[in-house]
Amino acid sequence: MTIAAVQSNPTPAILPGSGGLRGALSDLFWRRPKFLLLLMLAPPLLWLGIVYIGSLFALLAQSFFSIDEFSGLINREFTLKTYGDLFQAANLDIILRTVTMAALVTLASAVIAFPIAYYAARYARGRWKALFYLGVMLPLWSSYLVKIYAWKLILAKEGILTWLLAKLNLLWLLDGWLSLPIVGGNSLSVSFTGTFIVFVYVWLPFMILPVQAALERVPGNLVEASSDLGASPGQTFRNVLFPLALPGIVAGSIFTFSLTLGDYIIPQIIGTSRLFIGQAVYSQQGTAGNIPLAAAFTVVPVVVMGFYLWGAKRMGAFDAL
Amino acid sequence: MRSDRGQRAPLGLKIAAACGLLFLHLPILLIFVYAFTTEEKSFVWPPPGLTTQWFAVTWNRPDVWDALSLSVRVAAISTAIALVLGTLCAAAVSQTRFFGREAISLLVILPIALPGIITGIALRSAFSLADIPFSFWTIVLGHATFCVVVVYNNAVARFRRTSGSMIEASMDLGADGFQTFRHVVLPNIATALLAGGMLAFALSFDEVIVTTFTAGQQQTVPIWMLEELIRPRQRPVTNVVAMVVVLVTLLPIFSAYYLTRDGDQIAGSGK
Repeated sequence: MTIAAVQSNPTPAILPGSGGLRGALSDLFWRRPKFLLLLMLAPPLLWLGIVYIGSLFALLAQSFFSIDEFSGLINREFTLKTYGDLFQAANLDIILRTVTMAALVTLASAVIAFPIAYYAARYARGRWKALFYLGVMLPLWSSYLVKIYAWKLILAKEGILTWLLAKLNLLWLLDGWLSLPIVGGNSLSVSFTGTFIVFVYVWLPFMILPVQAALERVPGNLVEASSDLGASPGQTFRNVLFPLALPGIVAGSIFTFSLTLGDYIIPQIIGTSRLFIGQAVYSQQGTAGNIPLAAAFTVVPVVVMGFYLWGAKRMGAFDAL
Repeated sequence: MRSDRGQRAPLGLKIAAACGLLFLHLPILLIFVYAFTTEEKSFVWPPPGLTTQWFAVTWNRPDVWDALSLSVRVAAISTAIALVLGTLCAAAVSQTRFFGREAISLLVILPIALPGIITGIALRSAFSLADIPFSFWTIVLGHATFCVVVVYNNAVARFRRTSGSMIEASMDLGADGFQTFRHVVLPNIATALLAGGMLAFALSFDEVIVTTFTAGQQQTVPIWMLEELIRPRQRPVTNVVAMVVVLVTLLPIFSAYYLTRDGDQIAGSGK
């Protein structure tokens, strides 16, 4: 194309508006980006604001009501009595048990997750990397109930774990463990050990992903420099890898901790008759009909998580999410 | 240039990583064996015999089909709502800077960050305060709320990689806002939306904790399974349903992975 051809057919620098309602709207959006922004934000904010935040406030309001012990009716007047009930010994037990379980599950997940995440981040390449990624994503997204069901099959008295231990002549080990107080029980599927294993299994992928993301950002030559300077693998782990992976571990622990605090299905299906916070909430609002106490109970994990998130933010965990 | 290419991993690390992955996968594989067992009354291992008769039995169970149909309808509508809300939110947050931007990302993530039981009981107490009876739509209301975050995460990751200058170029070349959206923005984010939509569908299809609070007497597939887990009536049918659920949820995960694998984002991070 020659220069003359371009000059003979000039295009105006500013095109005329396309006209009509559509053109007018398009022009308006361009001239007033704030209006477009408002229009884009309004539907999601209205939905989340009304449905979600509204419900949370409804719940919070309920926790300040109280239940009439004789009639079982809910008294809609402001009172702190329900929160007082929370500090009864039985309820404190439930809270303590749940928080302890959440802490143990978080710790165990971190220990199991680290080698997987480290291998995937530092050594896996190409096809293996994809395999590791899918290997974590598949269990993460598989049905939650199916995973619990699988463990019910495994931990049952007549199940595969007992069979395997019998083949290895290790049944005495299982029996010895089950005869221990607190962690033991009739069989693994009705003990705290069983609950613990299933919690770790179900929430483990939530720990692996952020730890891997944190480790991906650690340059390999940092580890080499550490060993060049004479550190043993253990020292390298303690002084180089672990501090750099910590934000990822804290980010993952947000999930494992929060999810364990609120779960009521796992301890109900695999566990003892002693309650966790989630089960207490469920039975208070269901069979007992004491919605104020149920609401007060749900405030506990929210407060615990509030402190947890505050601490996590100070450790820089949100950059690793 | 990374200097660690070609380095071998220590044996201990390999074993620990392999054991971890086996721990994650073997239990799910076990479900496939149990679906064929001839044993009806217990979870005995090894299975005394293998049969395919339970597939036929399950096929002829109307309660399973009802639950499946309800689950699919709820998941489809929740996904549609989540797609619209999540995309709008992601577009607003990633393309512009404004006051309260951080608060909005927090608001979107909150329904998934707080334990499900809180979302569930909050919705239930709101329904009871407002005198809303349980229905199909109360389930959708809950599901759409926590599905938004999945779409949002995928869309935000894609918007970040999409250069804003392409939109400006499109406008400079004379396209109006709608044309730009249709021909420039949409093709760029389509696969991310598809991936987000599939994961949202999987999330809704699988959700049980919030649903127990918002469903009333209705049964979705997870609620049906939960009932069977608490009070086992027909174990073989449960085995088959469990296996089918695993197979069905595999599809969206694989597809979402292939749709987003060229990116560096993690499609399901923060489920």
